[in-house]
Amino acid sequence: MRYTPHTPADKERMLQTVGLHAIEELYQHIPRTLRERARIDLPPGLSELAVRRRMANLAAQNASAADWSFFLGGGIYNHFIPTAVDAVISRSEFSTSYTPYQPEVSQGTLQALFEFQTLICQLTGMEVSNAAMYDGASAAAEAVLLSRRLQPSGRRRVLISRAVHPHYRQVISTYLRNLQNVHLEEVSFDASGATDTAELKRHLDDQSMCVVVGYPNFFGVIEDLAQIKSACARVGAQLVSVTTEPLALGLIKPPGEFGVDIAVGEGQSLGVPMNLGGPAFGFFACQKKFVRNIPGRLIGETVDTEGRRGFVLTLATREQHIRREKATSNICTSQTLCALGATVFMSLLGKSGIRRLAEINVARAHDAFAQLVRKAKLETMFSGPYFNEFVARAKNLDEIFDRCAAQKIVPGIKLGQWYPELQDGLLVCVTEMNENEEVEKLVRTIAGP
Amino acid sequence: MSEPSQDPKRSRVAAPKLLFETGSSGRSAFDGSTERGPVEGVLPPALLRGDIPGFPELGELEVLRHFTGLSQRNFAIESQFYPLGSCTMKYNPKINEAVARLPGFAQIHPLASPELLQGALALLHHLEQMLAEISGMEYVSLQPSAGAQGELTGLMLIRAYLSERGAPRKQIIVPDTAHGTNPASSTLCGYDVIQVSSSARGVIDASAIEKVMDENVAAVMITNPNTLGLFETQIEAIAKVVHGKGGLVYLDGANLNALMGIAKPGHMGVDVLHMNLHKTFSTPHGGGGPGAGPVAVQAPLRDYLPAPRIVKSGDQFQLQEDFPKSIGRVRSFFGNFGILVRAYTYILSLGGDGLEDASRMALLNANYIRKKLEKSYQIAYDDPCMHECIFTDRLQHRNGVTTLDIAKRLLDYGYHPPTIYFPLVVAGALMIEPTETETPETLDGFIEAMLEIAREAKEDPELVKSAPYSTPVRRLDEARAARKPVLRWEPGSSNQS
Amino acid sequence: MEFPDGLKYSKEHEWVLVEGNTATIGITEYAQEELGDIVYVELPEIGEKVVKDDPFGAVESVKAVSDVYAPVGGTVLEINDVLPDNPETINDDPYGDGWMIRVELADKDDLKDLMDAEEYAEYVEQQKADEDEEEDDDENDEEEEDENEKE
Repeated sequence: MRYTPHTPADKERMLQTVGLHAIEELYQHIPRTLRERARIDLPPGLSELAVRRRMANLAAQNASAADWSFFLGGGIYNHFIPTAVDAVISRSEFSTSYTPYQPEVSQGTLQALFEFQTLICQLTGMEVSNAAMYDGASAAAEAVLLSRRLQPSGRRRVLISRAVHPHYRQVISTYLRNLQNVHLEEVSFDASGATDTAELKRHLDDQSMCVVVGYPNFFGVIEDLAQIKSACARVGAQLVSVTTEPLALGLIKPPGEFGVDIAVGEGQSLGVPMNLGGPAFGFFACQKKFVRNIPGRLIGETVDTEGRRGFVLTLATREQHIRREKATSNICTSQTLCALGATVFMSLLGKSGIRRLAEINVARAHDAFAQLVRKAKLETMFSGPYFNEFVARAKNLDEIFDRCAAQKIVPGIKLGQWYPELQDGLLVCVTEMNENEEVEKLVRTIAGP
Repeated sequence: MSEPSQDPKRSRVAAPKLLFETGSSGRSAFDGSTERGPVEGVLPPALLRGDIPGFPELGELEVLRHFTGLSQRNFAIESQFYPLGSCTMKYNPKINEAVARLPGFAQIHPLASPELLQGALALLHHLEQMLAEISGMEYVSLQPSAGAQGELTGLMLIRAYLSERGAPRKQIIVPDTAHGTNPASSTLCGYDVIQVSSSARGVIDASAIEKVMDENVAAVMITNPNTLGLFETQIEAIAKVVHGKGGLVYLDGANLNALMGIAKPGHMGVDVLHMNLHKTFSTPHGGGGPGAGPVAVQAPLRDYLPAPRIVKSGDQFQLQEDFPKSIGRVRSFFGNFGILVRAYTYILSLGGDGLEDASRMALLNANYIRKKLEKSYQIAYDDPCMHECIFTDRLQHRNGVTTLDIAKRLLDYGYHPPTIYFPLVVAGALMIEPTETETPETLDGFIEAMLEIAREAKEDPELVKSAPYSTPVRRLDEARAARKPVLRWEPGSSNQS
Repeated sequence: MEFPDGLKYSKEHEWVLVEGNTATIGITEYAQEELGDIVYVELPEIGEKVVKDDPFGAVESVKAVSDVYAPVGGTVLEINDVLPDNPETINDDPYGDGWMIRVELADKDDLKDLMDAEEYAEYVEQQKADEDEEEDDDENDEEEEDENEKE
């Protein structure tokens, strides 16, 4: 059968070795009442050709960036992935290996992850990074859990900006709901589209554990981390920054420069396909003094018995397979291959390339917004500075979406589904993938007849 | 730090550098450099950073050489036999990779409206049904990103269910053979752990559960077959005990590869379970993920499943958020969709018959290895094993050779070692899971290597204890890595030798 | 193996040196040998109260973490600040430079439950003998096997 190579002669010989006559004898000790109901009622297997056809058919029923114009952000971004990235992660030495438990034969994965940890530190300006987590949302939840481990028990109030990605806020809430003595409170945003710092300061007190803000936030706005950090420092609360579009960090000041305690985010922008939102990876970086408390795998440098440099999983006593119920997290399998893709991506872009790409995104987005306001008569929602995402305002969003769909354009994301007060808000993202003609077509289509 | 050997015949190829130790200032592989746009004045200068210190500056060929070189220092399923117990290192079909890369799956956005994602939603909906059928459960959520997250989700479902009925309770019963993620997930869900010991035969007795089961216990987490490769024969009795006091039964489905067509967890009294798609369903391990850990529940837990859920309305698939009792989201968007596509492709390729055959062959391969090795290595338990078998190093210990040494010596023979020192209840555990995609010749090669090592352990133990000799690096100083952790490259550091 | 005479010992393999109302605490040579290379030591803060038989810190090797239990109760006066940067000191000199904490004794009666050097030496012998028993079984198995082969 498919992928099992045993011939009848093979099975015969093996059964003989084991001293049995039929394979069924291998599981006769399973209760009969279970065995007789175990049949899997699914159709027989299909040939490769049949599977390819069927899956192509399913794929064709989805609007993809290959033949639609996407102006979609909201935590997952349409960026160009250099061809070399897939060439590297398609190598079976990377894709079909497992967690590097035997470091002598896993130096490829281990060194690549060490490089990944370094790149994330450089990008975020933080001192230490782990080897990735499931996604930005769970990384944000784990950041709050870390803060809870570090802060004294009198501090259990978590202040989270409403301008943080709605899914992330939901995941943090889900993770925290099961734990004793931790309270989540939301802080609103103001007319600039950033966290209302006046309100934040009113809520901050000596019971505040940490503050969580986006950078850029869900609306694409670049928050004033300096101000927020100083407000936190005044009361001894920690600051967690959440970056869903890390390409921005190629151009704007990284969280580390503001003294952020824990910087997390989503790495999908860095060379991982959109994949309907996963798999990609969450990154998790923080100050060095927290290192023995952080979740996730850590790769460390060392030497072998002959003095050669090598890399190993380290500080494993934090982790579930050793610490069990006292572990810093439960994470085992992570998102390594995606982190590897990001490492290749960042290597190809390099120091000048990542800045250049970020500049192109900023330029395109600002130019597009100007055109949408000027020619399509959309209004601005927020006044804050933004990277490659912005919120436009239009009364007839449904109509706009219908007109756009007819032109195979998705103009953005309607904010009303998460922010009842922003019913006419449209979150638009413009990247290097949106050529000038595409933007002009968007503007024309929205402007209408 | 000792000096490398001065043997002139030793390879002169330089050890690999890090990305940051090579390249040249100003170099880049980025191709968009001709693009010009009005960048100045767009963002206030105060918001901008300088260049990223230390970021790589490499050409494209340099990058490819770097990573190709790294890949050659990696062992993988497609290198050779990789019998990691409880990891199910089966063949990762290429067709899954090709399908997952179709633009209609790879270049789709989760926040586009559902009408534009009907193919994706149809796939997810169908996959839920397939996994329900395979596990004998009723409803499935595909959101969790990996097995451990599936466990956490499952425990949260249990917590929500019990909370609605009065109180979430305080404790989870976890066997001593459980994977570390089980107690870790329990803690993350706000529960204390009661550990129960397996019997001398390696399984959990219902009487042991009865001793600790009361109205404070929310659930028992059980792996079946367990991490010793043994079927938990008393699982139905255990379920009765736990249900009798209003608790629930969670099944860790990591070893599902032993059960397809043989026994369905849904018939064992299980209320909720997770599956590891990167184990049983062939999605690649990736050096440590990405995976996926869907959960499956029986009807009473349905209302608490993560939202949104995919519902079929006529011909159309829709996303419904309105589930007031849902535990909410455990991750962003839909989960690891790209992995779900691969698993779906695998299930289509194998069909019901193929999946059942996979489990049968997995059992045959494991029992074959067991038979051939049990005279030279001490088998941990006499009872029939399923898809994995577990030995100890007791026989080799007489000469001072440990499980670790045996594992390292296997590397010289070109095989990846089995899982070692897990589960903890077996001293010096060597857990071998061949999976069904291995030929008998491959198994014979591995067996021959193991027998040879057993001979070496008797006749020349020192040889085994200093292995490996032929790998890219030899044994690494893990104590040093833990004492003075160096977790990133810094400018000015050069530990190259 | 060394069991210095002036010290008291606990069943969890800690030693105590009593000087007036002060007790210095560490782990024994047997404990450090069982643990292997120590990579990290978790110590309490000065001023913290330690409770007899409760863990006051932990010792980590690469593959394991072991709680260290207070053989006596008291308030922490001093902690050995060599250990954070040089945890291997415990391996090298468990009874001297590898001391962990110094406490002000809360209740001298706590010392009654502890063993002296001779008693502890016997206790360690017993622990080792339990391991040897397993090896004896192995030898019996080996003899049996040899006999079977002869047949």
